[in-house]
Amino acid sequence: MGKIALKRTSLYASGASPVNLLQARFYNEDCLVYDLEDSVPVQEKDAARLLVYNLVKYQRPTGKYVIIRVNGIYSEYIDEDLEAAVRAKPDAIRIPKVEHAYEVQKIAKRITEIEKAAGIEEGSIELWCNIESYLGVLNAREIAESDPRVVALALGAEDFTASMKAARTKASLEIFYARNAILMACRAAGVEAIDAVFSDINDVEGLKEDVKLTRNLGFDGKTVVHPRQVDVVNAAFTPSKKEINYALRVLAAIEEGKREHKGAVTIGGDMIDKPMELRAQTTLAQARAAGINV
Amino acid sequence: MALNIKQTAVAGTMESSDVMVTVKPAAEPGLAIHIQSNVLTTFGDQIRAAVEDVFAEFGIRDAEVFLVDKGAIDCVIRARVQAAICRATGEGFNWKGEDK
Repeated sequence: MGKIALKRTSLYASGASPVNLLQARFYNEDCLVYDLEDSVPVQEKDAARLLVYNLVKYQRPTGKYVIIRVNGIYSEYIDEDLEAAVRAKPDAIRIPKVEHAYEVQKIAKRITEIEKAAGIEEGSIELWCNIESYLGVLNAREIAESDPRVVALALGAEDFTASMKAARTKASLEIFYARNAILMACRAAGVEAIDAVFSDINDVEGLKEDVKLTRNLGFDGKTVVHPRQVDVVNAAFTPSKKEINYALRVLAAIEEGKREHKGAVTIGGDMIDKPMELRAQTTLAQARAAGINV
Repeated sequence: MALNIKQTAVAGTMESSDVMVTVKPAAEPGLAIHIQSNVLTTFGDQIRAAVEDVFAEFGIRDAEVFLVDKGAIDCVIRARVQAAICRATGEGFNWKGEDK
């Protein structure tokens, strides 16, 4: 398994607030999302666009994956948002409310045009697609495979449940199918899967439970809306010492089996099969990405 | 095409790390910059230079500018002055101008 980049946490920072944008870099999030969409009032869209552009261009945080979330594909702001976002040269642009592959292709084409005009390496800016409706979930695989720039899909649970006429609950059964559908689409396309926000920033125990499920399902990371959620989510996505030791034992047993030409190998009576080997490799890759020496 | 300040416009807030910029049509020729800041003695020249740079980039020579600084760094000052100028001229930002 190759090197994996850390995308455990994506922290939103409002493009309307310099202090919010400047402070966000001092937390431990892996990805910092400069937001031009929901957190910016309509009358401040122009100013936020210029603020985010200048901050990313002149005060880009080091050691973080930098994302700019633009306004919706059909909004009046998208053209100018792209002009600004591409020229700021973030690692990725995050597109909200994607429902069809052709929407992503249209955005990707426009990004290429701006890259060319601005003398930026073509294809250097990646895309994250927010999936926030039943239609987006149904089309998740074609969205994930729509363009080489797409590197991640992220579930937006609030808008998704609204589109479903569903209630939004802490148990989150109403998004269980969407989570799995997006995960499968991401795995099929070879892109990363980012889970939805846990909205109650005061409920740390609830967040722990939620992110435990997030990780067990197979997600690569989770969007967070408040700095106090960052360390909880990072910890949940960092393999424990026990998990790392078990993964090392699994891989050592497989190596030993190969050397001794054994048809099957076991640990503590458990037969080691291919999925266990894959999980062990994933655990070690996650640990290495988190800076753990294994 | 040279831009003109057509109306009074404001950008920015009074929050920490921000600067509130007000741009007005010039009462007399030239760029009149008025700065209110707790760090005026130390950073006044730097703030003034940042404002002048942005006006030069827009090709605007005549305007009156008021800044209430709350500890904004250079790129925030740039962004707020750019936004105030766009609002005061009624023109969108020239993104292609950034490609130079």
